[in-house]
Amino acid sequence: MAIASALFNIIVFPGFLFLCLMGLIFEYVDRIIHARLQNRQGPPFFQPLADFIKLTAKEEIIPDEADKKVFKFMPILALTAAATAFFYIPLWSVNSLYSFTGDVIVVLYLLTIPTVTFFLGGWSSTSMYAAIGAVRTLTQLFSYEVLLFLGILSPMVLADTWSLTDSAIYYNSHPALMLVNLAGFFISLIALLGKLEKVPFDIAEAETEIVGGSFTEYSGRLLALFRMAIDVEMIVGASLIAAVFLPFGLMLNPVVAFALYIVKVCFIVFLLSVFRTIFARLRIDQMVKACWKYFAPIAFAQILLVLIVKGVFL
Amino acid sequence: MIRPGKMLREVLKSLFKKPATISYPAKETFTPDRFRGRLKFETEKCIGCKICMRDCPANAIFIEKVGEKFEATVYLERCIFCAQCVDSCPKKALHATKNFELAQLDKRRLKVKI
Amino acid sequence: MGIVKIPIGPQHPALKEPESFLISLDGERIQEVGMRLGYNHRGIEKAAEGRTYTTAIYLLERVCGICSQAHSTAFIQAIEEVAAVDIPKRAKYIRSLIGELERIHSHLLWLGVAGHEIGFDTLLMYSWRDREIVMDLLAMLSGNRVHYGMNVLGGVKRDIDKQKQEEILKAVDILEERTKYYIKVATEETTLIKRLSGVGYISKEDVYRLGTVGPTGRASGMPRDTRKDDPYAAYDEVDFNVITDNHCDVYGRTLVRVGELMETYKIIRQLIKNMPDGDIAAKFPRKVPVGEATSRYEAPRGEDVHYVKGNGTDMPERVKLRAPTLANLQSVAKMLENNNLADVPITIAAIDPCFSCTDRMIKTVNLGNGSTNMFQWETLRKQGIDWYRREKGVDFAELNKKYADLRKVD
Repeated sequence: MAIASALFNIIVFPGFLFLCLMGLIFEYVDRIIHARLQNRQGPPFFQPLADFIKLTAKEEIIPDEADKKVFKFMPILALTAAATAFFYIPLWSVNSLYSFTGDVIVVLYLLTIPTVTFFLGGWSSTSMYAAIGAVRTLTQLFSYEVLLFLGILSPMVLADTWSLTDSAIYYNSHPALMLVNLAGFFISLIALLGKLEKVPFDIAEAETEIVGGSFTEYSGRLLALFRMAIDVEMIVGASLIAAVFLPFGLMLNPVVAFALYIVKVCFIVFLLSVFRTIFARLRIDQMVKACWKYFAPIAFAQILLVLIVKGVFL
Repeated sequence: MIRPGKMLREVLKSLFKKPATISYPAKETFTPDRFRGRLKFETEKCIGCKICMRDCPANAIFIEKVGEKFEATVYLERCIFCAQCVDSCPKKALHATKNFELAQLDKRRLKVKI
Repeated sequence: MGIVKIPIGPQHPALKEPESFLISLDGERIQEVGMRLGYNHRGIEKAAEGRTYTTAIYLLERVCGICSQAHSTAFIQAIEEVAAVDIPKRAKYIRSLIGELERIHSHLLWLGVAGHEIGFDTLLMYSWRDREIVMDLLAMLSGNRVHYGMNVLGGVKRDIDKQKQEEILKAVDILEERTKYYIKVATEETTLIKRLSGVGYISKEDVYRLGTVGPTGRASGMPRDTRKDDPYAAYDEVDFNVITDNHCDVYGRTLVRVGELMETYKIIRQLIKNMPDGDIAAKFPRKVPVGEATSRYEAPRGEDVHYVKGNGTDMPERVKLRAPTLANLQSVAKMLENNNLADVPITIAAIDPCFSCTDRMIKTVNLGNGSTNMFQWETLRKQGIDWYRREKGVDFAELNKKYADLRKVD
């Protein structure tokens, strides 16, 4: 009985299928906001599902010199790693599906795996566009990873715990302390833009420079899985930020908490879309400079503020 | 003042405006009065001088005598819709209509009598 | 990773038209650029020799979609000079008016394309939405959004009455507001300035040495504009400034083009205010006398040169074009020195390339033994037919018989 219920939780709700459905719905939300901000009409609501089905129906073409096993395995690894991270995040109650001390580190580690799969997938394609895109992905990783870690971990330091569940309980009993983490919220959003490879940080998949980046040689079902992995990563990243920085209302009635969760994810996706619309793409050297010169000091200031507040007031 | 995100205000205002997209073919699109589309031929006015055939840049119009009158055939796949024949005709027997939805799947259907 | 050779083109999302740039990279730095042209060659100069002047105008207009009025007017001006016919003043004003409207639409198109190349899709959507105002205006005046067909030997074909002039002035007012907004965005948006500054640098001496024309050269301080140096049509009666800039990079080219847009609105208002009454076309002989003439025109991309030689019949003897992009392409290799791979699309887009205008056959060089050759029309045609029969098994004689009823046999 416990096994059946666990399997149901993992595969259907709030597990894999629910996550994929949410990924498709929020991809639609992102695209329609992006379109309306540009004064355009935008796609119909079934467009992401139609794209997924169409891609699975197309032929897969694998380059002759590519490493076939690595090439085929990378999309599956990306999707499973991003989906596994979802089980440790408190969504609409203070308890996540499986929580333990230190699960925030596991979530951050699991979110790094898709980036490494983009690199390996591009590198094993042996096409020069993909190789350049793969190298750029790793260079980007070295810039935003520190920001993401510092941003997500400073509220944890304030709450004196490494478990997302305990941190949610702590902030629900001291709601005023959420305002201390405002700078961290901003830094985490920027780092999430870098991880999801959206403008201004979509350097690894710059369409006008290197055709498709790491995804140049992917087609058919493998590309469909990669795109699904990116959508799932967006939901996981948005849920993580919502759980760490906006954990209010988690102790209420489950239905109200579920609605509140949807509103929080919509808000974060809206902010990501607005950032996507108003900036141009940066060059890789400009991005590294900007991340280390301007954003890293803000992240360090956030940690310093957290330590001061903890030492002086608590 | 140089700052990032200069277009933010304009972009947020566009959220509340009507989209600038015209959902053609569900809605009509703007076709002006002087638009040069498919040709229309008035066989009573034609005198068979064939100046239109000579001045056509694409060899798309073909006048032949059938009985007492003249008939015009247009190869729609060659016509560039420049309306030079409309201007050259001394008797004003040719006119340009506003019809531009002329796509066909079979090339033989594009040779039309007008 | 060592030295990697990346092909940008002939097919690439960054290029709107096919051209081949072979770039050697070391990491992200460019070491060397190799260019090959000729993918868009259509044989227009030869095709114009077998057509009468009336039909050749339509052919020359279709050399390029965006600067069609430029090529058409330059060609007609050369013929009118050979035949020594004076065209009425109102026709000159209407020709300049359509030329300036075309300049607006071309520069707004360039602004959108530049935004797309640096990943700023919002600028693309907004500037192309405003470009629709000009396209609808041109469709109302001439019947078509591109390839207007307004010019005829001796003047223009269609008149612009008072009501249409009111529409033009209203549209120009709206466009001026929007252009001021784009100037603000271009000078104040951080990511845009970061991407465009310092990229594609070419100094003033190199501009004169390599023969760069148009806004590309004017952004390095070269004050040459054919409308001022060698006035044609109605430009000797209009007052405007030539916009130059000293940045010498892509940012300077952006500023020059939006500055030219503001000057264009000034010119259009003067043209409409001072438009004289009268005929719109003069009588033109069917047969053009013997003679030759060269005419220059300031297309949106630079100086466009046409040469026409008449031989007493109603078909031209020789037509030669020099499109502005051919003069600007030489400087692309110089501009790309010491830049990154990410700068290649925006540098190529900054000269506003129109490769359809560019490709002309000059001379073929045999890479094996270095001998050169110039082909005759008949030899080239026969070579093509033989190649297809040998390599692909296509027999054109059979196909001609099969589709004989679709071809008009003259």
